[in-house]
This record gives sequence, C-alpha cells and structure tokens, in this order.
Amino acid sequence: MAETATRSKPAGSGSKGRRGGTRSGGSRGQQSQGKTAPRAESPETLRDYFRQMSLIRRFEERAAQGYTQAKVGGYCHLNLGEEATVVGLMSALRRSDYLFTNYREHGYAIAKGIEPGKVMAELYGRTTGTSKGLGGSMHMFDTEVGLLGGYGIVGGQIPLATGAALAIDYRGGDEVVMCQMGDGTTNIGAFHESMNIAALWNLPVVFVVINNYLGMGTTVEMSSAESELYKRAVAYRMHGERVDGNDVVAVQEAAGRLVEHARKTGEPAMLEAVSHRMKGHSVVDPAKYRNSEDAEAAREADPVAAFREQLISADVLDEDGAAEIERAVQADVDAAVAFADDSPHPDPATLFDYTYATPVANDSRRLPADPVF
Amino acid sequence: MAVITYRQALHDTLREEMLSDENVFLIGEEIGVFEGSYKITAGLLEEFGEKRVRDTPIAEEGFVGAAVGAAMLGLRPVVELMTINFSLLALDQIVNHAAKIYGMFGGQSNAPMVLRTPGGGGQQLGATHSQNIELYYAFVPGLKVVAPSTPADARALLKASLADNDPVLFLENLALYNTKGEVPDDMPPAEIGKAGVTRTGSDITIIGYSRMATVATQVADQLGEEGISAEVIDLRSLRPLDRETLVESVRKTGCAVIAEDDWLTYGIGAEIAASISDGAFDYLDAPVRRVAAAEVPLPYAKPLERAALPSAESLNAAVRQTLDAVGHRR
Repeated sequence: MAETATRSKPAGSGSKGRRGGTRSGGSRGQQSQGKTAPRAESPETLRDYFRQMSLIRRFEERAAQGYTQAKVGGYCHLNLGEEATVVGLMSALRRSDYLFTNYREHGYAIAKGIEPGKVMAELYGRTTGTSKGLGGSMHMFDTEVGLLGGYGIVGGQIPLATGAALAIDYRGGDEVVMCQMGDGTTNIGAFHESMNIAALWNLPVVFVVINNYLGMGTTVEMSSAESELYKRAVAYRMHGERVDGNDVVAVQEAAGRLVEHARKTGEPAMLEAVSHRMKGHSVVDPAKYRNSEDAEAAREADPVAAFREQLISADVLDEDGAAEIERAVQADVDAAVAFADDSPHPDPATLFDYTYATPVANDSRRLPADPVF
Repeated sequence: MAVITYRQALHDTLREEMLSDENVFLIGEEIGVFEGSYKITAGLLEEFGEKRVRDTPIAEEGFVGAAVGAAMLGLRPVVELMTINFSLLALDQIVNHAAKIYGMFGGQSNAPMVLRTPGGGGQQLGATHSQNIELYYAFVPGLKVVAPSTPADARALLKASLADNDPVLFLENLALYNTKGEVPDDMPPAEIGKAGVTRTGSDITIIGYSRMATVATQVADQLGEEGISAEVIDLRSLRPLDRETLVESVRKTGCAVIAEDDWLTYGIGAEIAASISDGAFDYLDAPVRRVAAAEVPLPYAKPLERAALPSAESLNAAVRQTLDAVGHRR
C-alpha cells in the first residue's frame, strides 16, 4: 500500500499497490518490475513517458558535458535518477497549472513544456534561454507553460507557491499550484510557515518533496527528526502520502489524484516521492560521502533502464521501438545544444533593462568604474 | 484641503485604493480583527471583508512570501509588517525573492507589492523593537524604498507605491503616526526617486528622511528666527536616491548636515556624504556632518534611550558647529 498520513483522504487515496521504500530495512529503491503493463495508461502514454524520461536523461548528460566544457557556468544540479518522478509529476498537471521548483529543475522545465533548446540556451546564458540568460541553471521561468520559477534558495519557493495559490483562490480560478522541493527543505522555517498557511486558508497547492535521501551530503536521518517526511503533513491536518518516485505511473497517479482533489476542493496536500540522485549534488560534486552500497543502489534503481525493460517485457515497446525513441531524443538534445550554441550572448548594453518593471527617477545605471557625478 | 494625521492619511489612502482596484488587498498580523497594531487599518475588515483584509499567523516569511507569490499572479498586496524589526524574519523573501523576480527571470514576471512598516525608537521598546534598519532594503537593487515624513507625503507616496509594478518598502515611523498636516483632497501620486526641498535656504543644507526630516524642518525654522537660512531636503526616496537634488543644494550652500535615525557607521548618511563628496567636493567649505543614533543596542531606560537618539537639540548643535567651521557670521 502507498503510505498515507491524513485527516481526510482524497477519493481513492491509498488504494494503489506500489510503495516507496522506507530508509530502514533496505527496501529503499526497490520497485516493482512486473511483467504486465502498468495499469490504465494507454501504450502511447507509456511510450511518451519513456520518451520524456529518456529525453531528460540525455539532456542532463549533455548539460554535465556542457559544464565540463565551460559552456555552462555557475552551479549545475541534475535530475539524473529522478526522471520517473519528474515525468510522473508533470503529467499530472495541466498546462495552465503552475509549478514552482527548487534549483534542480531542468527536467521539470522540459516536462512542463519548454523546448529543450530554450532550457539549454539558459544554461548557456544566451538571450534565447528561458530567462533570457539572466537566470541560469537554477532560475528557469516560462509564463507560457506555467513554470513560475526555479529557485536557488532552499525553501524560497514554498511561500511563493502558497501565494500563487492564494491568488488563484482570490480570483476563483481552477488552476492548481505544484510546489516541488527536496528532502532537506522540509527542515526550513518557510516549509512550516507555508504548510500551515496553505492548510489554514485552504489553498490549492500540492507540496511535493523529492526524497532522494540526500540534502547535498547530509542524509535525511542526519537532518530530520521525522524521517518519513510525508508524515509531517499531519501536523497541519493536511493529507500526506509517499510514493515510489522510481515508478512514473505511480507518481502520475498519486500526483494526479492530489492535484485534482486540490482543484475540486481547494485543499492542499503533500506528496513525498522517494527517489534517487544518481550523481553528486551538482556536476562538480564527486559524492565521496556516499557509501558504495548506497551508490550501487542508486545505479541499480535507474528508472529509465527499468521502465524500458518493463515496457519491453509488457510488449508496449520492442527493442527497435525503444532504440528509435532513443535516437529521436538524442537528435532533440543535439538540436538543443546546437540552438544554444548558435544563440547570441546578451549585449552588455542591456545590463540595466530588467532591474525595475516600472522605470523610476534617479535609477543608478553606473558601471563599476564610472564616477557617480 | 484637510488637516489630518499621518495615520489617517495612510488609512484613507488604503481605503481609496481598495475601493478603486479589487486586486488590492491587505495582509499582515493583527490588521483585521485587532484593526492594526497602530490602527492604520481600523474599520477596513468590516468594510471589505476577510478576502481583502487578511489576518495572518505570526509567520513573516510565510505571509510576505505569499504576498510575493500573489503579486506574481497580478494581485497587489499591501503587507503590513508590525515593525521593521520583524521584517528581518522575512528578509529572505524580500531580498532574495521579491527584489529578484523581475530581473532574474528576464522581465517575465514582477512583484507589484507594498511592504508597509514602521521604524523608530524612543518608545522605550528596547533593543529589538526600536531599530531603523531601512538601510538593509535601500541597499538592494530591485527594491524601491520610500520614507514619507508628512501626512501629505504619506498619501502621495502610498498612491505612487500602489501604482508601481515593483516591490516598494514603505517606511513609516512610530513617532509620526499622530503628527498632523494638510493633505489636499485631490493630491496626485508622488514621484518615487525624487527628494523634496522642504525649506529653501542659502547658508547650510540639512538632509533628512522620515522622522528626522520633520526634525530638520523644525531646526531650520528655529535657525530662521536667528537669521540663519537653512535649506532642508527630505529624501522621501531612499532607493533610488536623488543625488542631484542633494548636490545641487550643497553646491549652493557649501556645507551640509545629515540627520538620520539609523546608526552612523555604514548608515544612510554615509551614502549621502559620499554622494556630496562625489558631486560637490569643490564647493564644500566644511566637512559634511552626520547626526545619527549612538551605536548601541538601544537601552530601555529613558535617560539612556534619550541620550542615544538624535533630536532637534543635537541637530541644532551640529548645524551651529558646522556654520562656525565655515566662518558663518550671525
């Protein structure tokens, strides 16, 4: 059974047969790899999940490559190992729904509907990027698809997402906000304050915690007195549940159910997706703090390889079909890289274009060596 | 034209803006049922209801951030932070988020919101409740910071702040709420980023903002009775800073005293003094003086608190000393 903690379960909650592992007992990362096709979804949908997951995998590998080539600067946090979670979550949202994420969001940007070329161009710091090259890896944004920001400050997105839900409620809209964060974020004050406010005011926001067991190098057990993070929802009389983040279908089902419940009732919820980070915290992190057993588990749990195998076993895909998808996403990523590489750098003359939305008298436009007068 | 208090000017302007734009709503601690710690929002819950006047839990980071998120979707929240001291609990949402939304995402979104909050010591509230830390916000590109000193400015600057598409920190002052002044009925919005010359003069320039701008005009009027002609500049806007107006005045008078309620070292006055050096160096006949709070955690006991805070007396003394240094004859 999916694990739930709740005051009042949304319809159908807790009825699914997949489970996320608990940290103890070694069940973490195990996922069902049945020989039958995952329930409900059409073969086309399942193949598209595989395509999106493969696209994110290939994209992130190329992002890492771009980083080592110094085409990408700053920090670069990857969704490698979290592809099933990302695609499952994004498949639960409508285009008109809003998404707030942390700084590990390249995959989310793509799965929410942004062209991979725009995402890569942002990494490359080009004018064609999602934030015109002003944001970088951690700060993707696209009003068109409802991505209202990747945020580099841990927990910063949580009050913002709650406020977006407040605006929806204020206007009587039917959109839902999803607020993604990592496991370490659940210990910051903004998490508590916002969960309380969302529950108190009945705001349509689903808080999603990606529990990949590590906040940089600090494990959940080292940082969280209640390491089964979904249980924290109880403190706010909010529904909380945990899902196996390596199972794209289970993630889509759980997230979809909570999102639709929020849409219908305005009630917020919390979903914990137990997932894996295949690499270090960011591209430059060799993750020496991880023990070999844990690193091995992360490799074995590779959700893209597992889903591929599962779809082939269930005759949703054959080897040729899988290879064709992989060739196509490779071409998509090649095109994204080419687009980014060919795109213009911002002109230094535009440096002051985006300080204020309303122009203001005496706004400083001074460059470092310019005199004040 | 009516003579009303600073408090009434804020209240009336908020009410008018709420009547004219349904996207304007108030959010903060104790603003509804309690009618505001300083009663600025008195009666507004009853008139506009809970949707427009939203009492919050004691969770500054949570509700300031929620206001930023709501503003990103086009609402126009007016946040009341009970005092500027408590804004520190929301510093991440103000500095790392509200101030960054427009620039960091390439102009795709913005956060049109007003953060109203009073500073000010002198009420025997002790070290944590008496600070003047507007500098923290005036330091940050992406924010605008205004500091009205009179009821008329409170009205004009609040209108301007609500019409603005950027986050505006609107600095009030505990000592100003009961002060009275004329407020024209059809007052247009002020222009953010512009200082005001509230007294014209030729002997010395006195520069202040918020409470100390009103103290500066009192001092100028006292000096005027002795035949000393002081020009007073009320900054009104701390970011952007209207350096042109300051420098133009000092070029005329040749000397300046800055009056500020914050601490001296690294304070607002330091930036003003540097600006005068940048723009009026050759015109100065004396060093620029600063009258600022003593650099201590503000004590509770009245004699100590009084000794620590700038006043009309201390400003008057600094002005006279500067004039003596210049060789002004009176």
